[in-house]
Amino acid sequence: MNFLTAIIGHIGGTLLLLVDTLKHLPTLPRQRARFIEQCYLIGYTSLPIVTILSFFIGSVLALQSGYSMENFGAKQFIGTLVGLTMARELGPVMVAILIAGRVGSAITAELASMKVYQEIDALTTMNIPPERMLVLPRLAAIIVMMPVLAIIANLCGWYGGALVSQYTATIAVDSEAYFSALKAYMKPKDIMDGLVKAEVFGFVIILVCCYIGLNTRGGPREIGASVTKAVVTSLILILVLDYFVTKALLFS
Amino acid sequence: MSSSFTASPFVGKTFGVTVAHLTKTFGRTTVLKDVSLEVRPGEIFCIMGPSGSGKTVILKHMAGLETATSGEVKIGEFDAADPETRNKVHLALVFQAGALFNSLSVYDNLALYPREHRLCNEAGIRDRVMHALSILSLEKAAHKFPSDLSGGMKKRVAIARALVMEPQLLLYDEPTSELDPVMSATLTEIIATLREQTAVTSVVVTHDRDLAFAIADRIAFVMDGRIRGVGTPAEFKSPADPVIANFLNPVIDLKNPRFQQLENSHE
Repeated sequence: MNFLTAIIGHIGGTLLLLVDTLKHLPTLPRQRARFIEQCYLIGYTSLPIVTILSFFIGSVLALQSGYSMENFGAKQFIGTLVGLTMARELGPVMVAILIAGRVGSAITAELASMKVYQEIDALTTMNIPPERMLVLPRLAAIIVMMPVLAIIANLCGWYGGALVSQYTATIAVDSEAYFSALKAYMKPKDIMDGLVKAEVFGFVIILVCCYIGLNTRGGPREIGASVTKAVVTSLILILVLDYFVTKALLFS
Repeated sequence: MSSSFTASPFVGKTFGVTVAHLTKTFGRTTVLKDVSLEVRPGEIFCIMGPSGSGKTVILKHMAGLETATSGEVKIGEFDAADPETRNKVHLALVFQAGALFNSLSVYDNLALYPREHRLCNEAGIRDRVMHALSILSLEKAAHKFPSDLSGGMKKRVAIARALVMEPQLLLYDEPTSELDPVMSATLTEIIATLREQTAVTSVVVTHDRDLAFAIADRIAFVMDGRIRGVGTPAEFKSPADPVIANFLNPVIDLKNPRFQQLENSHE
């Protein structure tokens, strides 16, 4: 019962944080510098790892599907499979998991440290709402950067799959056939659905990580505990939300 | 310290603080028990007491960082717990460890308040920041980061940051803790001179007997979450209460060590 009460309390707290943050939305234009800094930290610095991982995920997907689909004589559809899987599922989910581990943990650590070392209290006494200065630019940055990262992940995954399909002797599907299959069965909605999922995941991750960071209590040891809690909560939420958002998008 | 000790005149009015029947509970622990006291406008009011007696919790209630379990804290006629009060009263709290923003330089730490509240343009902000830094002889530290500063410098930067806010109520949490005697004396002089120059009401939570006796107009002694006594430094120099006398003038007795009685010394 206590556990349930705590969960409901945290959900309420997170929603209140969102409401408090949205109240400061009109101040966003004059927080350009912070917004750009966050876009850089969330988006640009995540690019190398997103590129490498999505390339290899696309490659492995092509390898696995090439091996299986050969049995059905359906090798020509590898492009479709890799394309749809990356766009609808693996692209957004993988980017979200990377953002949770890389950016979410950093945000939680920074805000938790500010809380423990009374910087948040200092902001409050200076009548500078932490939601305005710390949460709003991060939420705005993730909204802009998440679709960009998801698109880059899709492209890298598709090209990884194409390379593997062409140069693996047992698959041997050339790039032209691969991309024609990819284009033939893929609708703009598939890509849009993936981007919507990425957007939802990114927004929830940043909101939850900010909430956990700002609500850290105790000493320096709690900073580590908050980071663990934020990453684990984000990963669980990504996978749970994935089911519900996918269902909503597929049958809407 | 700079000889040109001319902090800009603060926004006219300074405020007194009234704490009425303040009780604060954290979980099952009652930290403050029916605390009442009054800080008069323009005075330096020191709150003294042993560690864990609830001094800083009183200060946090004044700063609006804690909400009372019962009772109330008023700054002038405004409720300290109401966030709106911070729009009406320029209140600054100098934290024990400084609470400087580690990701910002000293200059940007000071510039944050006028920038966020759009008080003036960058040239005006620069004047204001450099003026506050010059008051505390910190001009050369302007472009350093908090991690490059000594404990004493951090506290001076924290005071400078408070000055940029042109406070009408200035709260200090253990301003001289962890400092050497010379730096403690320097900070004591800073607090007194700022009050002298600006007439700002100053509430100082401290263990430092020398600081309190040197600059306080009145002192409150807190013990186990209760006010044990309020009086002038002269009255506290020879207190009738043996508990206060023991705190202010502890005698080191190696034959009957005090630490062996600590278990029973608190409620």
